[in-house]
Amino acid sequence: MSTAALFGLCSAALIALGLYGLMTHPHPLRKILASNLLSSGVFLFFGVIANRGAGNGFAGDPVPHAMVITGIVVAFSATALAVALVLRLYEVSGTADLGVETPRPDKEAAPR
Amino acid sequence: MIETAAATGAGNAEAYLLVLAIILPVGGVLLSFLLGSRQAERIVLCLLPLGMGIAGVILADVWRSGKALTYVLGGWTPPLGIMLRADGLSAAMLVTTAIIIAAAAFFARAKFSTPRDTNDERAPLAFWTLLLAVWAALNAVVLGYDLFNLYVALELLTFGAVPLVSLDGRAETLTAALRYLLFALVGSMFYLLGAALLYGTYGTLDIGLLASRVRPEPAVYAAGVLMTAGLLAKTALFPLYLWLPPAHAGAPAAASAVLSALVVKGSFFLVVRIWFDALPGIFNAASAQVLGALGAGAIIFGSLLALQQPRLKMVVAYSTVAQIGYLFLMFPLIIGTASGMPWTGDAWTGGWMQLFSHAFAKAAMFLAAGLIAEALGHDRIADLGGIGRALPMTTIAFALAGLSLMGIPPTGGFVAKWMLLTASAMEGQWWWALVILTGGLLAGAYMFRILVPAMAEPRAALQASVLRHREMVPLALAVVALLLGLVPLQPMELLQIGRPASLQGAAP
Repeated sequence: MSTAALFGLCSAALIALGLYGLMTHPHPLRKILASNLLSSGVFLFFGVIANRGAGNGFAGDPVPHAMVITGIVVAFSATALAVALVLRLYEVSGTADLGVETPRPDKEAAPR
Repeated sequence: MIETAAATGAGNAEAYLLVLAIILPVGGVLLSFLLGSRQAERIVLCLLPLGMGIAGVILADVWRSGKALTYVLGGWTPPLGIMLRADGLSAAMLVTTAIIIAAAAFFARAKFSTPRDTNDERAPLAFWTLLLAVWAALNAVVLGYDLFNLYVALELLTFGAVPLVSLDGRAETLTAALRYLLFALVGSMFYLLGAALLYGTYGTLDIGLLASRVRPEPAVYAAGVLMTAGLLAKTALFPLYLWLPPAHAGAPAAASAVLSALVVKGSFFLVVRIWFDALPGIFNAASAQVLGALGAGAIIFGSLLALQQPRLKMVVAYSTVAQIGYLFLMFPLIIGTASGMPWTGDAWTGGWMQLFSHAFAKAAMFLAAGLIAEALGHDRIADLGGIGRALPMTTIAFALAGLSLMGIPPTGGFVAKWMLLTASAMEGQWWWALVILTGGLLAGAYMFRILVPAMAEPRAALQASVLRHREMVPLALAVVALLLGLVPLQPMELLQIGRPASLQGAAP
C-alpha cells in the first residue's frame, strides 16, 4: 500500500470516528472533542493531498500545507468558542448537558 | 475562460471597492476592540453610509458595464493568486446586506448604547463588533471566488453569528448557541473536505478555473455532495433545521433580524456558487429533485410547526425554516429542464427574488416582534390581544411583512412565488406548484393566528413605551419588501450579469 493510500485511510477512519462521536455522545465536551477528531481527519487528508502532489503533477505540493495551517487556526478558534460557551452554560445553569431537553422556551419569560 | 482574461483589467478604480467592502468592516472590528463600546457604536454609524455607498457604486458599475467586476489580489492571476469577483448577484447581495445591517444597527441603538457613566460596556461592545464581523464575513462570502477563501469567510460568518445568539447569557440561549456552533462546525468540516478533494483532483480552488476543468468523476461527485451537505446544515434546510428556531428566536431582536435575513442566506449563496459556478454540469436532474424535495419538506413542516408555536418569535423563526425551502425549489426548475436557458428563465429570478424579499420581510418581522415583546414584556400569542391598537405602526409592519411571506400581490414575495409557480408550470413539474400554493396557505394561517387577536378590542396595556423612530425601522423594511413587488414579472437582467454561458461543464 502506498503512503498516500495508508494515510488517506487513516484520515477516513478519523473522520468516521469523529462523526460517530458527534452524533452519539450527548455531552458537549465530548462533542467538541469528537469534532476535533473530525477536523484532524480532514487536516490529515490535506497532508495526503500535499504528498500526492495535487492535480498539477508535482512531486510534492506546498499549497495544502498553507491551507491546513489556516484550517487549524480556524478549528482552534471554534474549539475555544465552544469551550467558552460550555463553561458559561455550566456557570449559569449548573449543568452542561445537551442531551437533556432544554426547558421549552415558551414557558420562560419573553426575551427582551 | 472569459474570467481570467477579464481579470487582467484589475487596474480600474472600481475594483478596489471590492477590497474596501471587506476591509472597512474588518478594520472597524479591530478599532472597536481598541477603543471600547462607545466608540464602537460610532464606528458602526460611520461605516454604515460608507459601506452602503460602496455597495451602491459596485451595483451601479456592474449594472452599467454589464460585466462582472474582478480584483486580482497582489496582481497574481489564478491559479497562483486569488480573485475577488462581483457579478450581478453579488452586487445585489452586497446592497441588501448593507441596508439590513443598517436597519438592525439603528434599531439596536436603543438597547445597545453605552451608559453615560462608562466608556466601555461588555454587551454593547460585543454586539457592535459582532455586527461588523457578520457584515465583513457576508461581503467576503458574496465576493469570494476561491473555495478556500470562501471556507474562511464562512467560518468568520459562523463565529460572528453564534455569539450574537447568546448575547443575553441565559441558559437557553447559550444552549441554542452551542447547538448552532456544533452544527456549523460539522458543516464547515464537510465543506473543507470537499474543497480538499477538488484541490487534490484539479490543483486549483479558483471557481472559474474549476468550472473549466471539472469532469464527471467519483472524486467530484463526492466533493459536491460533501460540500452541499455541509452548507445545507449551515442553511438549516429541512431536516437539518433543528438548531435554527431556538437560536433565532432567543437572540435579541436586532440580532435575530440579521441572522434570519442574512446569515442563513450566506451559506445558501455558496450552494448556488458550487452547483452552478464551480461544478457546472456535475449535478443531474435527479439530484436537483432531491434538493427540491428537501425544500418542499421545509416549506410544509416549517409552516406546520410555525402554526403550533405558542410564542411570537418562535413562529417567526419557524417561518424562516419554511421560507428557506422556497429557495431550494430553484434547483429542480433549472437543472435538467428542457428550456436550456438557466439564467433567463423564471426560476432563476424567482428564487433570488424570494431571497431578497424574504430578507427584508423577515428582518421587518423580527424587529416588529422584538418591539411587541418589549412593549408587552412577553410575546405569548395567546395574550397579544389589542396590540394592534396600542402599537399600530409595528403591527402594520408585521402584517405587511406577512403579506410578502404569504405571497400576496403586490409584494416581493408574490413576485418570487409567482415566478416559481410559472416556472414549475412551464417545466411540467406540477408538484412544486402544489407545494408553493400549500405553503402560501399555511403562511396565511400562521399570520392570521397572530393578527386576528392583535386587531381585537380592547387596546392592550403596554408595560413599556416604544420609541417612535424604532417603530419606523421595521415599517421601512416591510415597505421595501412591498416595493420589491413592483419589479416587472420577468427575468431580471441584473441577475444574469457575469453568469457562465450555460450549465454545461468542460466535459467533452
